[in-house]
Amino acid sequence: MLTETLMPEKAGALPRMAGYAALMPGGALARRKVIVSVDQDDEARWVECLKKISEARDQAAFTALFRHFAPRVKSFLARSGTGEALAEECMQDVMATVWIKAYMFDPSRASVATWVFTIARNRKIDMLRRQRRPEPEDLPWGPEAEPGPAEALAFRQEAARLGTALQTLPPPQRELIERAFFGDLSHGEIARETGLPLGTIKSRIRLALDRLRHAMKSPPDQT
Amino acid sequence: MTSLTHHLTEDLLMAYAAGNLPEAFSLVVATHISLCDDCRAALAALECVGGNLLEECAPSPLADDALARALARIADAPGPIARPAIPAPVRRGVLPAPLQGYVGGDLEAVRWRPAGPGVRQAILPVGDGATARLLHIRGGQSVPDHGHRGMELTLVLQGAFRDGAARFARGDIEIVAEEVEHCPVAEEGEDCICLAATDAPLRFRGMLPRLAQPFLQI
Repeated sequence: MLTETLMPEKAGALPRMAGYAALMPGGALARRKVIVSVDQDDEARWVECLKKISEARDQAAFTALFRHFAPRVKSFLARSGTGEALAEECMQDVMATVWIKAYMFDPSRASVATWVFTIARNRKIDMLRRQRRPEPEDLPWGPEAEPGPAEALAFRQEAARLGTALQTLPPPQRELIERAFFGDLSHGEIARETGLPLGTIKSRIRLALDRLRHAMKSPPDQT
Repeated sequence: MTSLTHHLTEDLLMAYAAGNLPEAFSLVVATHISLCDDCRAALAALECVGGNLLEECAPSPLADDALARALARIADAPGPIARPAIPAPVRRGVLPAPLQGYVGGDLEAVRWRPAGPGVRQAILPVGDGATARLLHIRGGQSVPDHGHRGMELTLVLQGAFRDGAARFARGDIEIVAEEVEHCPVAEEGEDCICLAATDAPLRFRGMLPRLAQPFLQI
């Protein structure tokens, strides 16, 4: 069941947090504070950049985003099997989409990295599969057209927490999650490539997601 | 994945989040998420994993003129466009928005073809790897006993059907794995409309449906 895996308790909200400290060794916990604060500062900066792009066609803001995300987007695409030249071209498409669609970014629903990831992923599908990407119906907007700053801040904290949880996954699980996301490989193909039986792969991925779910459930006041 | 479930499985959600599903399955996932807030939130969490992985990708060196090219390109680009002040009205119908994109409208736009007693279907135009179709099953009608070479996803859009002890109503998704034979029956009353996707042709048990299979394209 979904609600037992990586699932938030309620629609629209990201998961609440509980019992995270129990999962973490003391060293990791100490490290985490630093990582989280850095991540959140960066995130606030990228959100501001997107706002400046959508409101003022601010090329300096775009340049800042480009310097940070373009090399990562290219790296992601290259790892997905596009080859160097194609990855460079597609990265250009992705960054142009970031400019054009900046107004659609909603900081209370996704981090900037997550939003850029979805654009890069869709470009990858288009290029490697030559298929359309059906997207879910958008949620009807509530009475506030603009997300509240508190909501966006809460989201930033949760996203940062997930990022930290991801960094502390044991390497074998971490690697499998990466492959599931960045490779164009099904679980069966991953099994063939790594020589691990399919059941092991699936249970490792589940275990990894399970750990992330627990991490996401730790109370915010513990960070 | 041998059991039936009313939601998407984690495997399917993750493959959708990663962009590794064939188009027909993506369509079922997107349509289900349009009707299921739990799975929508689950997808958001998995995409957040993707975002974090992107953030941690070792940066690749770019072409020397990469930034200059990007700046030249956005100077000519139409956007960015301001967020509309008034929320766009949400279309409400039997078919959620992603499906309407394939049909060209709501139910009235579907071009049904007969597919056996009490059953009509419409094949949807999707890319390679899996097929997608809409099924219209008369209330009380059963769909012939069939097994699968691959995985079958069935999402209810109107009415309800039963398969063994389980009941599936609007928004519910039935996931049937390879080799499982089953016999869904539409409930009496309102006709049942479903979106179904398979990644391999179905295999019917009876001789007649098997002969008809090539003509029905399922």
